[in-house]
Amino acid sequence: MRGWFLPLAVAFGFIFLYAPIISLVVFSFNESRLVTVWGGFSTRWYGELLRDRQILGAAWISLKVAFWSATLATIIGTLGAFVLTRFSKFTGRLLLTGMITAPLVMPEVITGLSLLLLFVSMELTLGWPAGRGLTTIIIAHTTFCAAFVAVIAQSRLRQMDESLEEAARDLGAGPVRVFFDVTLPVIMPALVAGWLLAFTLSLDDLVIASFVSGPGASTLPMVIFSKVRLGVSPDVNALATIIIGIVLVAVLIAGWLMHRSMRKL
Amino acid sequence: MNALTRSAPWRGTAWMMGKLGISGRTLVIAIPMLWLLIFFLAPFFVLGRISLAEAIIARPPYTPLFERGPDGSLEIIASLENYRFLLADSLYRNAYLSSIRIALISTIFALLIGYPIAYYIARAPEPKRSILLLMVILPFWTSFLLRVYAWMGFLRSNGVINNTLMGLGIIDSPIQMMQTDFAVYIGIVYTYLPFMILPLYANLTKLDGALLEAAGDLGASPMVTFFTVTLPLSLPGIVAGSMLVFIPAIGEYVIPALLGGPDTLMIGRVLWDEFFGSRDWPVASAVAIVMLFLVVAPIMWLQSVQNRREES
Repeated sequence: MRGWFLPLAVAFGFIFLYAPIISLVVFSFNESRLVTVWGGFSTRWYGELLRDRQILGAAWISLKVAFWSATLATIIGTLGAFVLTRFSKFTGRLLLTGMITAPLVMPEVITGLSLLLLFVSMELTLGWPAGRGLTTIIIAHTTFCAAFVAVIAQSRLRQMDESLEEAARDLGAGPVRVFFDVTLPVIMPALVAGWLLAFTLSLDDLVIASFVSGPGASTLPMVIFSKVRLGVSPDVNALATIIIGIVLVAVLIAGWLMHRSMRKL
Repeated sequence: MNALTRSAPWRGTAWMMGKLGISGRTLVIAIPMLWLLIFFLAPFFVLGRISLAEAIIARPPYTPLFERGPDGSLEIIASLENYRFLLADSLYRNAYLSSIRIALISTIFALLIGYPIAYYIARAPEPKRSILLLMVILPFWTSFLLRVYAWMGFLRSNGVINNTLMGLGIIDSPIQMMQTDFAVYIGIVYTYLPFMILPLYANLTKLDGALLEAAGDLGASPMVTFFTVTLPLSLPGIVAGSMLVFIPAIGEYVIPALLGGPDTLMIGRVLWDEFFGSRDWPVASAVAIVMLFLVVAPIMWLQSVQNRREES
């Protein structure tokens, strides 16, 4: 793995990663309706996008779902990570370890179908949730996003110097104060990064949302998917470029926060 | 948060919990535990139970598990009919086999492309290393659906690749790339590549450079050193990365639906059509249960590799 082979393989890998995205962005500024034939620079598809009520409505639904899922997932994922790194022995530890990492790899069709069936059975026996829509999508997204937050929070909690917490305890702080005054501020940048990751994962999900949503609650990926199935369309390119731009800014902020927190400790 | 821990409502809650005999520790464990028990584990039991029911035209579209007999006693209605149906119909068997094959081939390609990148990043000096790492993760943050969509524009008959090749005069007529298994491999490798690179990278950064030097001093060529030292030591990373690609790829729906042809058979797609097309919830559940058994063994393997890594 030396000489010319390695750099060449790496260069090929990065071209493979970036070429399709770059071409997507370039062709979003294409005047022509034929997505892959260049017909001059234009922002016409962005204009059309802004007049598309269906897409704007779905985007709003997706943003609401992503905000609440990311917030709930951050709380549950952090608690799970905290419990697994700080409490060495308790009943069901192994079970919790498994349940918190399995959603990371569980095929989405299984998660989606099984959650839908749970919601239907709960509605029949408990009367809740009545029908499916925003609430059921938020619950489903929280569950799989919590796994991702837990992974990030766990690695941060493990790296953290535990003597800080010990010192606070020795000085007479109760466990709740130690958590809120010492642990939480230290791991906060990782939690922000986790929240952002959960937010983008929720914004992105098509399969699980398709299963657990009800009529009238179509998320943005569901609308995009129904458009894209019919073929390539330039307004989807414009939408993709906007999403990539937003994500890029969010990731750079998260990366900067993580970097800064690593330096401090 | 000082104000919170000292505030009256907080003290009140703490006092009430004490009265009820619930310690703060139990509560902290209970929140993630209960959420996951209800919304992650319980659904599998519901899935299993409905896979034993029969599809009917009603709401919900399956038969109940218990029914009152003529004498008022409870009778359990459950049958393995759906599973017998899956076994008898070659469509399902072929779909499972073809999913495993496609996931396996994609995993091998992801490993071949991902390993050199992970190796290169692990050996790179800072800050180049952080920048390259960020570049690997960045596409993973952008929409999965849109990344698959990007390949549609790339692989089409009048897409970027065919237009470029024809413009250069390398080919005369477009090559059919969309709606083939090849396109599905590309889609899976592309979208799951960071999952392969990150565990490999984490493993390779821990590799002790002294071992490589020692092998070199003892006369091993770089090639021999790689195959006898680096590769065996990075095996846990290879297993973790491969499982992170292989397991979700088995149940993939979006990639075969957008990039694959009508004859690209994958079980995630069969399940989707069974549910949304035929509206047969019990058969879809049985398909999911069998798929669950397929992924349980790789998931356990992944967990054991990760547990060992945590311990070390």
